[in-house]
Amino acid sequence: MIWGVLQFPGSCDERDALHACSLLGEARLVWHEERDLRGVDAVVVPGGFSYGDYLRAGAIARFSPAMEGVAELAAAGAPVLGICNGFQVLCEAGLLPGALLLNESMRFLCRQLDLIGDGDERLSIPAKHGEGRYYAPEEVLDGLEANGQVAYRYAPGQNPNGSARDIAGVRNEAGNVVGLMPHPEHAVDPLTGSTDGLRVFEAVAAAGARA
Amino acid sequence: MSVGTAKHRELGLTDSEFELIVAQMGREPNVVELAMFSLLWSEHCAYKHSRKLLKQLPTEGERVVMGPGENAGAVAVGNGYAVAFKVESHNHPSAVEPFQGAATGVGGILRDVFAIGARPIAILDSLRFGELDSVRSRHLLDGAVRGIGHYGNSIGVPNVGGEIYFEEPYEHNCLVNAMCLGLAKSADMVRAAAAGIGNTVVLMGATTGRDGIGGASVLASAELGEADEAKRPTVQIGDPFEESKVLECCLELLEKGLLVSLQDLGAAGLTSSAGEMAAAGGVGIDIDVARVPLREADMEPFEIMVSESQERMLAVVEPARVPEVLAVCEKWQTGSAEVGVVTDTGHVRILRGEEIVGDMPVAALVDGCPLYDLEPAEPEGWIYGNRATLAPGTSSEDELLALLAAPSIASKRWAFEQYDSVVGSRTVRRPESADAAVLQLPESGNAIAVSIDGNGRRVACDPHAGTIEAVLECAQNLACVGAEPLGLTNCLNFGNPEKPATAWQLDQAVSALAEACTALGVPVVGGNVSLYNEGPEGPIYPTPVVGMVGELPDPAQVAGSAFVAAGDAIGLIGPFSPTLAGSELAKQRGALDKGLPRPDIAAVAAACASVRDAVRAGRLASVHDVSDGGLACALAECAIGAGIGCRVDVQHLRDRGCSPEEALFGEGSGGFLVSGERAELEALGAVYLGEVGGGTIEIAAGDRSLVVGLGTAESAWRSLPAQTEHSGT
Repeated sequence: MIWGVLQFPGSCDERDALHACSLLGEARLVWHEERDLRGVDAVVVPGGFSYGDYLRAGAIARFSPAMEGVAELAAAGAPVLGICNGFQVLCEAGLLPGALLLNESMRFLCRQLDLIGDGDERLSIPAKHGEGRYYAPEEVLDGLEANGQVAYRYAPGQNPNGSARDIAGVRNEAGNVVGLMPHPEHAVDPLTGSTDGLRVFEAVAAAGARA
Repeated sequence: MSVGTAKHRELGLTDSEFELIVAQMGREPNVVELAMFSLLWSEHCAYKHSRKLLKQLPTEGERVVMGPGENAGAVAVGNGYAVAFKVESHNHPSAVEPFQGAATGVGGILRDVFAIGARPIAILDSLRFGELDSVRSRHLLDGAVRGIGHYGNSIGVPNVGGEIYFEEPYEHNCLVNAMCLGLAKSADMVRAAAAGIGNTVVLMGATTGRDGIGGASVLASAELGEADEAKRPTVQIGDPFEESKVLECCLELLEKGLLVSLQDLGAAGLTSSAGEMAAAGGVGIDIDVARVPLREADMEPFEIMVSESQERMLAVVEPARVPEVLAVCEKWQTGSAEVGVVTDTGHVRILRGEEIVGDMPVAALVDGCPLYDLEPAEPEGWIYGNRATLAPGTSSEDELLALLAAPSIASKRWAFEQYDSVVGSRTVRRPESADAAVLQLPESGNAIAVSIDGNGRRVACDPHAGTIEAVLECAQNLACVGAEPLGLTNCLNFGNPEKPATAWQLDQAVSALAEACTALGVPVVGGNVSLYNEGPEGPIYPTPVVGMVGELPDPAQVAGSAFVAAGDAIGLIGPFSPTLAGSELAKQRGALDKGLPRPDIAAVAAACASVRDAVRAGRLASVHDVSDGGLACALAECAIGAGIGCRVDVQHLRDRGCSPEEALFGEGSGGFLVSGERAELEALGAVYLGEVGGGTIEIAAGDRSLVVGLGTAESAWRSLPAQTEHSGT
C-alpha cells in the first residue's frame, strides 16, 4: 500500500505522519497543489495549522487542489485518515460529519490520553489542539452512534476539550474516511511514549480495503 | 539634511556618542543615518556595557562547530551532524504586551537557528514574573504562556522544557527568555558574512511595516516606566504561518546550495542585518529601500531601515542563482525581493531608487560604538524587599506544604500543557518526567539532553556563588538523564549597568560564569545580554539564565525523576551541604540576606560524572536533583510523580553540619536524590536515607520530623492553576 501524506503551507505533523506510514508501507508527501493522486492508495491529511488557520481551522485547506483528489479517492473507497487539523479539513470538506470548536477551556492542550476504539480497544495516544471540541446536532450524533460511526472516544473522565459524548474521532458511513483529534503518528515508538497509534493506521487501512 | 542635536537624545544616544558619530562620518548624520546609528549603537545591538566582560568566557572546545558571533552556536553530535542552539530575551516587549512579546520572542530565536541552516527541533523557555497575588503578574503570565504556545505550536516545534519563577522584583519588568535548538548537517551550515562583490541581496518573507520601529533602542535599552502603554506600537506582531513558510523556504534554499549567506532580521531590522553581514564579510552593501515590499506605501526610508516587522530573512545570492531562489520563495508562497548588492565600498549605502539617502562606513556603524567600563560597587546588605508570608513557629508539615504550593516550586503542568511537546517525534522525556528534556537523534544514533536554569533570588544573594550554582544546576540536570555537557548558551538579564550595584552584580556573574564553564570544560557557544531591566521600584534580581546541551549514547537508558517501586532504597549522592541562605523557605520567612556558601565545583562535577555513569549503566531506578525547597521538596516531587510515598531519615546530614530544618528545606548545589537497589546505591557512595513505599511522605528530622499524606502534598504541588485564577489584587 502506498500512503500519501498531504502537505499544506503551515502543516506541522506531516513528517511524523510520513514516518508512521513508512512503518506500514511505502509513503510519500503530497504537495497541496497536486490535483492528481493516481498511484496513491491511502491518504493521511496531517495535523498542523494549514494556511495559518487564522480563519476557521481547515476552512482554506479544504479548497486546495489536493483535497479534490482526496475527495475522489474517498468516493472510490480508498482509506483516508484525517488527524487533528486533517480531521478539521475533512469536516470542512464535508467528507466527515460535524465540526470542531474551540476547546471548552479556551486553551491549547497537549496531553497523553487514553482512547477507546472499536471493541473497547484502549489506546494511549497524545492529543494536542486548541480547537478539538467535537460538535454535531443531537440527531446527527444519534445517527452516528446508531451507524457505528463513532470511531474513537476519550476514555471516561479524560475528555480534554468538552467534545460531545466524549467523541474523539468519527468515520463516514462507508467507513473508509476516518478523522480524529489525537495524534496516532506520535504514538509509533516506545521511546516517545507508546506504539498504540500504529493500530489506528492499521484499522484505517483495513477499513478502506472493506469499503 | 542635517538634524538638530536634540534628536539623538530622543533616540537614546548620548552627546558624546553623537560627537563620535560626527567624527567618524566627517559630518553630521542625516535622519536615516542617525536612526541607523542609534539602533546599532544601542546597548541591545552593541553590547557596549558587557562586551569587555564577555571576553572572559571560554568559547573553544573540540566539539564546537560554531561559536559566538554567528546567529547561533553549534556543537557536533556525531555522524556529521551538529546541534545549534541559542537563548535570547524578549523582556521589555513582553512587559508591555505579553502575548505578542513572548510570541515574537519565540519567532526570533527560531530564525536565529534556521538562519545557520539548522531545522529547529526544540524550544525551551525561562520566565520570571512578580508574585502571583498581583493582577499584573497573572496577566503577564497568562499572556506570555499563550504567546509562546501560539507561536511554537503553530510552527510545529516542540516546547520541551523550561522554568518559571515568581519574585517581587520582576513585578514590573517580567523576563521572557526563549531558547531554541536545531539540527543540521555540519557541512550544510551557513554563516552570516556577506561575500562576493556584485552578489545580490535578497529580502525574503513578510512585508515591511511600521510595527516595532525603534524597538531595540526605545524598548530594549532603557528602563521601563509608567507610560509604557504609549510604547505598544514598538512591540512587533508575530505571524507564525509566515515564519513556517520562510523556515521551510530557507531550509530548501540551503539544501539546494543556492545561498552564499543568510541572516535573520531581528532587533533593528534591515539596519542590523545588512550592517552585520557587511561587517562580518569585510565588504559593503547597497540597499534600495524602493525595492523593499511595504505594508504601507508612504513609509520613509528611515522607517523601512529600522522596522522590526517579523518573519523576514536577508540572503546573499550569486546573480545567476537568483531566478532559482525566487522560484523556491514562490513555491512556499513567501515574499522575495532583490533589494541590494554586495559592494567593495566598505560602506552601507541606502538608496531610494537613484537617490542616495544614507552612506555610512560599515566600521563606524557596526564596530564604532564606544565600549564602556563598568563602575562596579558592592552594595551594603540586602537591597531588595522581602515580604514574610510564613508566620514564625509554623510546623514542618505546613512549611513543606507552603513550599510545594509556592508557584516557583509547584508543578508547571498548567503552563507546559499549553505547549506541543511531542511534534517532531524526538521527545523521549517530556516536561516534568525527568530533570532535563531528552531528544532522540536517529540521524546521529544518539540523543541530546537540554536544561535551562537560573535562580535570580540566589544570584541576588550572591552574584558569584549564585551564578556558579546556575551552571551546576544545569550540569546536574543533564547528569540525571545520563548526559555529558557539550556546550552552553546564556542570557544575562540585569538592571541598569550604569548603576554601581548592578554593575557589580554583572561583573561578578560573568566572572563566575567564566569560572564555572572553564572548570567544567563546557564552552560558551553563544548568548545574549539584556540590560536595563528595571521598573519604578528598582532593578530585577540579577538573572543569568543558563541553557546547557549535552549528549547521551542511548535514549532508551534514561531514568525518570519519579520513584518507581515500593521497597526501593532511597539515597543521596553528591557534596550536598544545604543551608537556608537564599532558600525558598528564607524568602517565605522574610529572612533573605546577602551571602551564599561557595559551591565546590570540582566536587559537584565528580558527583555528576558518577551519576551520569550510573544512569547510563541502568543502575538507578530514579534520579532527581535537589533544588528549590531542598530535600523535603525533592522527596515530595519524587513521591507525587510515582504516586507512592516514602519513609526517610535525613539526620545523616547532621554529619555535614546541617540542622534539622537545613536538612529538610536547605538549598545548595551538589545533591542527587536517587532510588534503586540498596547495594547499588551504596556501591555508588550514596548516603542511605530510607525506602520508597506507603501513602505518606514521612521524614525523620529530629525535632522537625514530619508526616504529610501524599494526597495533601499533591494538592499543594498542583495548586498553580487555582493560583493563576486568583481574583484578588
